[in-house]
Amino acid sequence: MSSASPELSVDSVTGIDVSLPVAGPGARAYAFLIDWHLRTILALAWYAGAELIYNARLSLAPPVTVDGRWFGAVLAPALAIYFLYHYVLELAMRGSTPGKRMAGVRLVTRDGSAPSAGALLVRNVFRLIDSLPLFYGIGLITAMTTREHVRIGDMAAGTLLVYESATATLPAAMGAAGPAARPDPRGAELIAELLGRWDALAPEARVRLARQLLARYGADATVTDAAATEATLHAQLLRLTGRPPERRP
Amino acid sequence: MNTDARRQALTLSLLERAPLWQAAQVRAVRFAHGHTDDAAAATRMADDYRLLAHDLARVRALLPDTRTREYLEGAYARAHATLHHGAWHLGSALLTLLRDELPAVVRGLVPYILWSTVIFVLAVTGGYALIQRYPELIALFASPDLIASVERGQLWTEGLLNIVPSSVLSVQILTNNIVVSLVAYCTGFLFGLGTLYILGLNGLMLGAVFAFAGQHGLGLQLFSFIVAHGCVEISVMCLSSAAGTAVGEALIRPGDAGRIESFRGAALRSGTLLIACALLLAGAGVIEGYVSPNPRFALPARITIGVGYWCFMVTLLTGWLWGRRARRTRAS
Repeated sequence: MSSASPELSVDSVTGIDVSLPVAGPGARAYAFLIDWHLRTILALAWYAGAELIYNARLSLAPPVTVDGRWFGAVLAPALAIYFLYHYVLELAMRGSTPGKRMAGVRLVTRDGSAPSAGALLVRNVFRLIDSLPLFYGIGLITAMTTREHVRIGDMAAGTLLVYESATATLPAAMGAAGPAARPDPRGAELIAELLGRWDALAPEARVRLARQLLARYGADATVTDAAATEATLHAQLLRLTGRPPERRP
Repeated sequence: MNTDARRQALTLSLLERAPLWQAAQVRAVRFAHGHTDDAAAATRMADDYRLLAHDLARVRALLPDTRTREYLEGAYARAHATLHHGAWHLGSALLTLLRDELPAVVRGLVPYILWSTVIFVLAVTGGYALIQRYPELIALFASPDLIASVERGQLWTEGLLNIVPSSVLSVQILTNNIVVSLVAYCTGFLFGLGTLYILGLNGLMLGAVFAFAGQHGLGLQLFSFIVAHGCVEISVMCLSSAAGTAVGEALIRPGDAGRIESFRGAALRSGTLLIACALLLAGAGVIEGYVSPNPRFALPARITIGVGYWCFMVTLLTGWLWGRRARRTRAS
């Protein structure tokens, strides 16, 4: 979470405002590119699959004269997938799409809720303007130049693209600190973070970080010396958070 | 107790509440998806909301720029959205849109609809008068094939079904009409000028083609072709233009709210109308593909279909289809 990015702040009855960090043009473009590839692949896959079935042989050639069966079963669904992808998925996934989900962003209205069907329609209709003159030129320029990084469709629909912080995970060791724990608030967070990511880190990196944290937060001299094993360091970190040691391979 | 020790104690007691946050998050997700709706669970959800607000305030002070804060911000935002907006279902959202929001939008757009209709009628009249006076100018509005066909005494629509199947024709026409409606709406962004251009051009073309067909004795045939689908198609053209001009006016005369706020309000309000326009155009496309080019349908049948579909459109847009007027009358 960047402190420089603008935030959508929504008043709440509790007096604690809801704060949603607004996604920038980079996250927006990343999500769009994923979605563009997905819808193109899906549309082409449908077209190819349906065309093969229609032709009943290994050929993707369209018929010489257009007939209703080919149009209805091959071409129209492929075009529908390509052009309705955003609207249908945003509607069904409450302001999200696979691309937005992978980029960690979602659409919200200015009161922090999921956009309505009407708002999503307006947002997608204005792609006609945003996509001008080429490659979403107008949309990209407005997203880069406006304070809340919105394109014209978002201005019209009153929507914002925000980071999906609901997907953030708590550090694994959080919540079990006992009275014996000694680190300060920042230290508690760092230790919990390190324990949460222990298995994902390279052995040298986790040993180095563990030594640094243990040295800083007053561990026994025996566990910070060069001979201390990985398991000992892990156990010592756990003890700092007040959790019982685990059996580790 | 010194300040550091107090902060440390506060933080550790706060972090011990993580399982409560996770449970609250799970309940909020269940609620948001409508998986539960009993009163006890709803009360619990409200308690969760207060708990998350309380803990978030402390985490913002004690643990800024941490994953814990990021997690709590997300959980709190979800709880807020769930409590204030409830579960969401596609079916009920669409029903509310068509039954409640659409008639309200149409009522608000009545002046724009009337003005758009007036402009369209004037453009049709202008196009008709222009071609009556200067027939050679038809080349400005119609393709060479269309002109050649009419000059041979034959409407370009004759034998259409021999060239393109009805289903294909319907979808092609539907796509074209929807694109024209969307462009008429979107170009309202250019201070309404784009909308007026599209509305005027379509009116001029219709009037010009009618005058040209009339000069070659095909006026009644053209009317017979158009009447079944045209009543709704032309009305939808005026409706989408009304939505576009509302957007344009919001930009020209933003009022106290500011230009962007005013644009947003107008676009959102009038944009709802586009859903109805798309649905109505789907029906018009089917009629234009299956009825209009089919010579087996006599003129009275075509008029009945056209007027009947137009009446359906009026009942949909005013809310009479769902008994809104009757309900309001009973309530009053």
